[in-house]
Amino acid sequence: MQTKRTIFPNKLLPYALLAPQLAVTLIFFIWPAAQAVKSSFEREDPFGFRTTFIWFENYTRLFSEPGYLNSLTKTAIFAVSVTLLSISLSLLLAVAVNRVLKSNRAYTTLLVWPYAVAPVVVGILWWFMFNPTIGIAPYMLRGLGIDWNHRVDGNQAMILVVIAASWKQISYNFLFFVAGLQSVPQSLNEAAAIDGAGPFKRFWTIVFPLLSPTTFFLLIVNINYAMFDTFGLIDATTNGGPNQATNILVYKVYADGFLGLNIGSSAAQSVVLMLIVIALTAIQFRYIERRVQY
Amino acid sequence: MVENRPWLSLLTHLVLIVGVVVVVFPVYLAFIASTHGSGDFMRGLVPLLPGPHMLENYGRMLTQGISTAGAPPVSIMLMNSTIIAIVIAVGKIAISLLSAYAIVFFKFPFRLLAFWTIFITLMLPVEVRIIPTFAVVANLGLLNSYVGLTLPLIASATATFLFRQFFLTVPDELMEAARVDGAGPMKFFRDILLPLSRTNIAALFVILFIYGWVQYLWPLLVTTDSRYYTVVMGIKRLAATADSEPLWNLVMASVILAMLPPVLVVIFMQRLFVKGLVDTEK
Repeated sequence: MQTKRTIFPNKLLPYALLAPQLAVTLIFFIWPAAQAVKSSFEREDPFGFRTTFIWFENYTRLFSEPGYLNSLTKTAIFAVSVTLLSISLSLLLAVAVNRVLKSNRAYTTLLVWPYAVAPVVVGILWWFMFNPTIGIAPYMLRGLGIDWNHRVDGNQAMILVVIAASWKQISYNFLFFVAGLQSVPQSLNEAAAIDGAGPFKRFWTIVFPLLSPTTFFLLIVNINYAMFDTFGLIDATTNGGPNQATNILVYKVYADGFLGLNIGSSAAQSVVLMLIVIALTAIQFRYIERRVQY
Repeated sequence: MVENRPWLSLLTHLVLIVGVVVVVFPVYLAFIASTHGSGDFMRGLVPLLPGPHMLENYGRMLTQGISTAGAPPVSIMLMNSTIIAIVIAVGKIAISLLSAYAIVFFKFPFRLLAFWTIFITLMLPVEVRIIPTFAVVANLGLLNSYVGLTLPLIASATATFLFRQFFLTVPDELMEAARVDGAGPMKFFRDILLPLSRTNIAALFVILFIYGWVQYLWPLLVTTDSRYYTVVMGIKRLAATADSEPLWNLVMASVILAMLPPVLVVIFMQRLFVKGLVDTEK
């Protein structure tokens, strides 16, 4: 790994410098993670006196449990919907801002601040708008003949959390798309215009392909966001319900472990989640290494 | 712009205006709700224009809170959130600066191992190791304390990478000159490296302050004493009144108060915010 041509000769100082970071990492990250892996292979008796090693029983039981398979499906639907919705909306907005010459700073400021709103607060805001008794959205939907009640209808609950989660993520994607658009060479656009390509054709044949590294990066980041950063949002809007319709994996691991006190199953779920994060991080870093070479 | 197309420009502005309306509307609605009396939510629809009770609602939440819902005054929670967000941001920056310095400017056994140990934290967000982390903090007796709220979140792989990246671009000549002039490693760090990293530190601070402010799951787990509630988790308690409709005007007043500090940070430090955001993801 890279270092400086000249370095300081001290022998002990670097360890002292690293100590705080490593201590926090070992105590609050590595050790608990190791504990989770360990207890995912164990069963604890109801009084917590004895633990027995049971190999993969927690896992096999987990993957044969309908509730968990349901949660996997719901997580996939949720993550894909949030990613597609927020990426396409923010791409549209970023392309629009990139076309505007004078007022783009004002528009940008008005579009980026939701990044700073906590997911749980986002949940409360949308929960209020879609509140079946007093919310404005159900009132308008009633005019269209749709009866909105996400407390009863699982599909409507899913739509609500997807909209809320996408709303928050637009600002983030928007900023990265704006940065990506600014690095598209203007000369390519001009050459295509001279050759007679209209704005839409130019976008699909020149700009969009050149944005593909940004888009790919955002795909991974958004999936990661939808799977792991939306705990507060779910907790504030639906609590995973109605009837498990929005019980995504991070919410379930909390509900089973903390509220249901099922340690073995919760540990196995934690390990599955860890594997998912590791896979996503690996993809992200592989891709970034390649982007550096371009 | 390549060519002048008035219709397309009109469409562009239309898209942007619709986008801004969609982004702003939920918060507008929350603000409107926070200016009304509690009786205004009994009728069929939420009001769309401001009401006369703004000062009353905000004043009540800031000074008293809602004791029946177990929520302390918002001013206390805002104070807690500010302390926690600042401690997390400063802590992450401090320990990451030190470890990046060690990794770039020294050669020592296990350097690579240390680097990978820090890297692994990227793959272990709180959400995936909830119970064992909670157990560690409980065993250390750190529940209901500022230390318990901040220390476990302070390790930062992204900040370490960012500083490592930046330190590698610092010219070697600076360090050689400092050594020739007799400066030791800590003096070089304090008097040369830190001033050079100022912009990076500021940009990162903005991002990490927001990160600390919006934490929800962790404070929810480690605090049961309302003196340590942060505003983001306190709001959830307000909104989650078991069987009655929440007091919307008061809930929304606290929602606005909880959003305001980090949103103002983003708006007024937009340049640093964008730099921090783009840098940390590289």
